[in-house]
Amino acid sequence: MKATVYVRLKTEVLDPQGRAVLGALGHLGVSGVKDVRIGKLIEIELDDSAGSEGDLEQKLSKMSDELLANPVIEDYEIQLGD
Amino acid sequence: MRAAVVLFPGSNADTEMVHALGDITGSPTSLVWHKDAGLPTGTDLVAIPGGFSYGDYLRPGAIARAGAIVTAVRAHAERGGLVLGVCNGFQVLTEIGLLPGALVRNSHLRFECRDVFVRVAAAGPFTENVGRVLRLPIAHAEGRYHADEETRARLRDEGRIAFQYCDEAGSLDPDANPNGSLDSIAGVYGGPRGNVLGLMPHPERASEPFVGGDDGRSLFDTAIRWHEKKSRAA
Repeated sequence: MKATVYVRLKTEVLDPQGRAVLGALGHLGVSGVKDVRIGKLIEIELDDSAGSEGDLEQKLSKMSDELLANPVIEDYEIQLGD
Repeated sequence: MRAAVVLFPGSNADTEMVHALGDITGSPTSLVWHKDAGLPTGTDLVAIPGGFSYGDYLRPGAIARAGAIVTAVRAHAERGGLVLGVCNGFQVLTEIGLLPGALVRNSHLRFECRDVFVRVAAAGPFTENVGRVLRLPIAHAEGRYHADEETRARLRDEGRIAFQYCDEAGSLDPDANPNGSLDSIAGVYGGPRGNVLGLMPHPERASEPFVGGDDGRSLFDTAIRWHEKKSRAA
């Protein structure tokens, strides 16, 4: 089973990387881009011993709370399956 | 005061921390590896040095929480023992939940390596003389202090903002803020007795005149006095 965790900076946290990309897109002549924010996509492969789908969601939430995301600055979203 | 400096893979400011504590202030200092289960018996101060623990993978300081030593550091802090985190050490302390807030990418995206001025904003185990301006070096790309409004209000009310970036005269000029930290926060106190301090500037790199300044030494000297006073009271 594959799981994907999307980690995003909370909206109130300034994202200078996104801002730099926004500026670069402008320099490249791309118009119509209002804002850019950069996050992370974490792909996780789980084996059969990881448990049923219900267990997996709980397990992935725990992983995200404890390590994959920092709740002070980031939100996360879990997607199970391909 | 007996000190222990915790080493993670990628720590790189451990030598000057050991030098500042051990050679300059004369505190017996040992190095502790992150896989060690405990701190040396009688440890009074734990210092987490700067560097790039685990290559800053995921987030600076994030992977360090899996180190066996972290449990012992947390227990030491909860007992009221002194903990000092400098630069990456500060990032580690926020990641393991010993200090509030987080350190994120500098607002202008540059790595800043230069001397800055900070003013002592609160008295505590490592600081006296509120309002004193110290000149200390910084070396970081992810030092912008972030915490929500409520947390920052609490830090202000509880006198836990230890240091703020300022100009030479001590004014909180936004131009003197090297990384965009909210409320110009350069260091914060935490722990049950304000016994945990994290800061981005490097006091251990400015603790003797021949390196260009010794303002940083005051943090170590103050901690030693605090510890001696506490030991006498016990």
